[in-house]
This record gives sequence, C-alpha cells and structure tokens, in this order.
Amino acid sequence: MRIIVLMKQVPDMEKVKFDREKGVIDRKSAGTEINPFDLNALEAAVQIKETHGAEVVAVCMGPPSAEVALKEAISRGADRGILLSDRKFGGSDVKATAYTLAAGIKAIGEYDLVFAGIQTVDGDTGQVGAEVAQFLDIPHIYYVDKIEEVDEESITVVTDIWDGVYVKKMKLPGLVTVTKDINSPRLPAFKEKMKSRKAVIPAWGMDELTGFLDETETGRKGSATMVKRIEVPKAVHRKGLLWRDNMDTALNEFVDILVDKKVIEVE
Amino acid sequence: MKEYSGVMVFAEQKDKEIHKVSYELLGKARELADQINEEVVCCLCGPSEIDVNELIYRGADKVFHVQDEEIFGSPEVMTYVENVVKIIEEKKPEICLFGATSFGRSLAPRVAATLKCGLTADCTGLAIDEEDMKLVQIRPAFSENILAHIKSQYLPQMATVRYKEFDEAKRDESRTGEIINFPSIKIKNNPIEVLREITEEAFNITDARVVVSAGKGLKSPEDFKMIEELAAVLGGVVGSSRPLVEDGFISKAHQVGYSGNRVKPSLYIACGISGAPQHQAGMKEADVILAINSDPSAPIFNIADYGIVGDMYEIVPQMIEKIKGKRA
Ligand SMILES: Cc1cc2nc3c(=O)[nH]c(=O)nc-3n(C[C@H](O)[C@H](O)[C@H](O)COP(=O)(O)OP(=O)(O)OC[C@H]3O[C@@H](n4cnc5c(N)ncnc54)[C@H](O)[C@@H]3O)c2cc1C
Ligand SMILES: Nc1ncnc2c1ncn2[C@@H]1O[C@H](COP(=O)(O)O)[C@@H](O)[C@H]1O
Repeated sequence: MRIIVLMKQVPDMEKVKFDREKGVIDRKSAGTEINPFDLNALEAAVQIKETHGAEVVAVCMGPPSAEVALKEAISRGADRGILLSDRKFGGSDVKATAYTLAAGIKAIGEYDLVFAGIQTVDGDTGQVGAEVAQFLDIPHIYYVDKIEEVDEESITVVTDIWDGVYVKKMKLPGLVTVTKDINSPRLPAFKEKMKSRKAVIPAWGMDELTGFLDETETGRKGSATMVKRIEVPKAVHRKGLLWRDNMDTALNEFVDILVDKKVIEVE
Repeated sequence: MKEYSGVMVFAEQKDKEIHKVSYELLGKARELADQINEEVVCCLCGPSEIDVNELIYRGADKVFHVQDEEIFGSPEVMTYVENVVKIIEEKKPEICLFGATSFGRSLAPRVAATLKCGLTADCTGLAIDEEDMKLVQIRPAFSENILAHIKSQYLPQMATVRYKEFDEAKRDESRTGEIINFPSIKIKNNPIEVLREITEEAFNITDARVVVSAGKGLKSPEDFKMIEELAAVLGGVVGSSRPLVEDGFISKAHQVGYSGNRVKPSLYIACGISGAPQHQAGMKEADVILAINSDPSAPIFNIADYGIVGDMYEIVPQMIEKIKGKRA
C-alpha cells in the first residue's frame, strides 16, 4: 500500500507580521513550519503504516527551501519526500496548485490513498484537497475525524458534515482530508531525526513532470483567480471597560448593562 | 447576448429543508444581479416535494430543480458533482455562489475543478467593481489576519460564502418565477457508500443568542455545571475553547474558534479563556463581549467590551445569583 501525504510549508502564524500601511505580508519576519493540519494528515498515514504496512510519501509544492519541511516529515515517520519546485509554479492559485500536486502524484505512479489537511493556515481555503481529487479523478471524503478501518480495497471513516456525523466507506484509490481531531501528531523521534538529516529530497520541476503537467496549467499562467489587493484590517479593539477590584459593584453594573441591552428581560 | 449571464445560487437542502445560508446568498445575489441587470437563478438538487416556491419568494427568478427521490438524501458530494456541473453548463451563469458550509466547501471545489474555473473560498464580502463590472470577492486569509480582494479570470466567477455573513433575503410571497425540472444523473458504481449517520446531540451553537464559554481556567469537567447554569439564566448555550475539547471535557460541537464554530451572538462571555487568535477567530464578531480572567494581561481583554479581572469560580456563581435576583 502506498499513501501520499500533501504537506505545505507555511509561515509560523504566531510570528508573521502584517504591514497595515502597505497591505503586505512580511513572510521573512517569521520562521516556517509544516501546516499544523498536515501534521495530522501525516500522523494518520503513519498510523496506517504501523498497523497495516505501507509506504508513506510526503509531497510538498514550494520553493527549494521547503525541503526542510519534507525532512521533518521523514523524521515524523514518512519514508520519503518529494518536493515539487519550479519557478514556473510560482503564483499558483488553488486550481493551479491542485493541478500541479495532482501531476506530482501521477508521476509517483501507483498509490492507494492521498491524505491532506483540511486547510492551510496561510492560503486558508480548504479547497486544494477536493480539487486534487477531481484532477486525479478519484473520490474524496472531507472533514475526517476518525478512521475506522482500512484494507487494500477501501477505507471507512467518520466525517462531520452537514449538521451531521456520517460513517462512509470509500473504494481506493481515494483522497481524505483530516481535521485536527483525528489524532495528536507525534514528535520526531531521535533515530528518525538522524535518518532524516541524511535523506535526499528529490526536487521535481517542469522537466521531471513532463507528460503529466502542461505549462499553461500551472503557476500564475494556470491560475483562474488573481489577488488584486491585500488589506490588513485593524485589529479588533473594543471599548474595554475593565473592573478589577470590587466584584460586587462590577457585577451589579454589568447586570444592569445586560438589562439595558435587553439581554435580560425584566418585568 | 452574452454567453454567460445571471447570478446562480446553489441552494443546499437536507431532509427537504433548505439551509438558511441559501437565503442569505439569495439576498446578496439579488443585490449583485440588480447591479449588473441580470437575473437570479437557483440550482437545487433534491426530491420533488421540496418547497421550491420559497426560493422564488426569497428572490430567485428561476429555479433549476434536479429532482431525485433518493440520491440527494445524504450529503455525498460524488452524487452531486455531475448534476451541479450540468446545470451550470446549461445555464452558464456569470456568477455562481455556494454556501461555505462543510458540504458546500467539499462540493464547490470539485465543481470548479471540473469546469476549470476559479473558486474563491469562504468569502465575507462580495461587490461589483464599477469599472469592469466584475465580481470582487473578499475573503480573510492567513488565519484571519488579512483580507484578500480576489477576482476571477474565467467565467463563471465562483465563490463559497460564509454562513451568517449576509442578511437573509426578505420573503415576498407575491414574487413569481419559473421552476424548471431536470432529471438527475446517477453515477454508476459510486465509490463512496454512506454506511450510517451517527445521531449526535442536536446541539447548535451557531444560532445561539447568548454563548457562555469556558477555557483552560476551568479545572474539571464537572465545573461546566456552573457555566451551564449561567448560560441557562441568560437563555444561552455553552461554548468552549479548544483545549477543553481536546481534554474530553465537552464535545466538539461546543468548540468556538478557527478549527471549531464561528459564533455571532448578542452576548459572548469568555470565562478563563486567554483569547488566542485562533479563539478570537470564532467569536470576535459578537455584539457584546464580556471576559472574565484572573490575568489582567490576557489578550481576551483587548477585544472585550467589558472585562472582569478575577477568579471565575467566584464571579460566575455570583453573577448567576445577581441575574436571578434581577428577575425575581
Ligand atoms: C491550527 C490551530 C487551530 C486552533 N483552533 C482553535 C479553536 O478553534 N478554538 C480555540 O479555542 N483554540 C484553537 N487553537 C488553540 C489556541 O491557539 C489556544 O491554544 C487556545 O485557544 C487556548 O485556550 P484557553 O484560552 O482555554 O487556554 P489558555 O491559553 O491556557 O488560557 C487559560 C486562561 O484562563 C485564565 N484562568 C486560569 N484560571 C482562572 C480562574 N480561576 N479564573 C479566571 N481565569 C482563569 C488564565 O489566566 C488564562 O488566560 C488552535 C490552534 C492551532 C494551532
Ligand atoms: N503547496 C502545497 N504543497 C503540498 N500540499 C498542499 C499545498 N497547498 C495545499 N496543500 C494541501 O491541501 C490542503 C488544503 O490547503 P488549502 O486549500 O490551501 O487550505 C493542505 O492542508 C495540504 O494538505
């Protein structure tokens, strides 16, 4: 069994700075990390590998420096990593990203399962997974909270959608996107960390993907949407009446406010 | 005539009941359509006895109804994709809107990828650019830190739109429109089988008028009793920060935040919640926010209208008494 995990390298959201005046994101202001939801996707794949035996391949599309994310993936249990990297991939929107990832997956060859995170913390669309599935012409299940069963032919999962929770069974090959609730990602183990340091991460560009990827379908050229402008909204700041000392007065005043605002109805 | 015209809304239904986001989309669609002088159409997939007229009362000029008594009974994206694609290809709308519900967010990308058009996720604003009459799609990104203004390069201009972002279209029973029925396309050998629906507690936090939430300041699951009681006297429901859900204190349905539910109540009370950006993402649009926290430097105070610095174990019970006293 082969499981492919889609993992994006994202800026560390705690540190990244946003310039309100210029309306730009200063990516250099922060380090990078693996998109948190993709760690859950990787963990789910590694757990299947441990119970059923599988090869786990982490795939990331990004700049050459994103190699470190794939090394980290190996230290967390992936068998190998493949970086999809080419200047021509730059500026990809959801469609172009999904198309390029799908090309990378096709170039890997046979696979049974594709795991993705439900969303990235930067792009934040939650759309890449389903579009990859469509381009690969395989079924997908979104918002997976739990994997009940896996075998060579199918996967049975619990998915939380449409004001309801459903148990669904999908024939393989198929794609699954996972939520943060599916598991708690493990930390890299020492032995794996050493191994990952030596790992060679192949970088595939247009040349390596010949036959799978059309230049007009990737990067800015292949994108169907354009970001026209970025606005950094003012942080929400409110009136902030703060009571510190006399609780009794504080509560009386607050309850009066609630009556005033008709949250509490009194006769 | 233009090849593409009109604003299409995908009307989501479950058990023949139309999701409220569809009415919000219809309100917005009407506004956009009037600006570009075009019609509003709905795409509805479901059994025949759905109250289709309601969509017309809410602003649709035409409803394309793909009728099937069985296949649209459970939310299985694969059974919808081809049907929705067919309606879009038939009608060729200039703008096409889906609710950013969990179902819409799973369906729309497959439809967009099939049509090879763009798709803007989770929009919170939509407007027509006066210059080129194109749709400007505004959406938060980077974990809600920025708002991106996006335009589509191809038609239809497709977007998913957040629930509770726009007002529901007003109902007007005198409105008339056309209903066009279509037979469904059934996919052969559907690779996905819905085995069962797990009936969960019918709890819905998103529509609550008052939400009282607890965070890591809460020491044990039993202590939720006090939070429940405060919620009850205020006619509200209980919410939670993520760590308490992770610790199994309360179910996921109660989680507020980036990876949980977004709420917009009249009153949000945060007890023992620090106010991490991921929590704020789910509650910062509440009308009134009260924070109760023992740490005066907790970030939650920056976005609260009212703050009480102190121990929630003292304050919450007292507050319950005061409110009861007011009512007595
Ligand atoms: C990708 C991602 C998604 C996430 N999604 C969410 C999400 O959807 N929702 C969410 O909530 N978080 C989410 N988080 C987690 C988030 O970053 C924070 O870790 C979390 O919100 C903190 O919860 P808390 O405020 O309850 O706990 P803490 O940060 O530990 O705060 C506890 C607070 O309680 C106060 N306190 C302690 N005792 C008392 C007392 N007796 N009386 C009064 N105050 C007291 C403390 O002063 C402190 O401020 C997400 C994180 C990531 C990375
Ligand atoms: N550049 C990328 N490289 C690898 N995987 C990606 C990339 N972009 C998105 N993904 C995958 O698609 C998921 C959803 O991303 P998004 O639609 O951007 O929110 C992520 O959690 C990843 O699993």
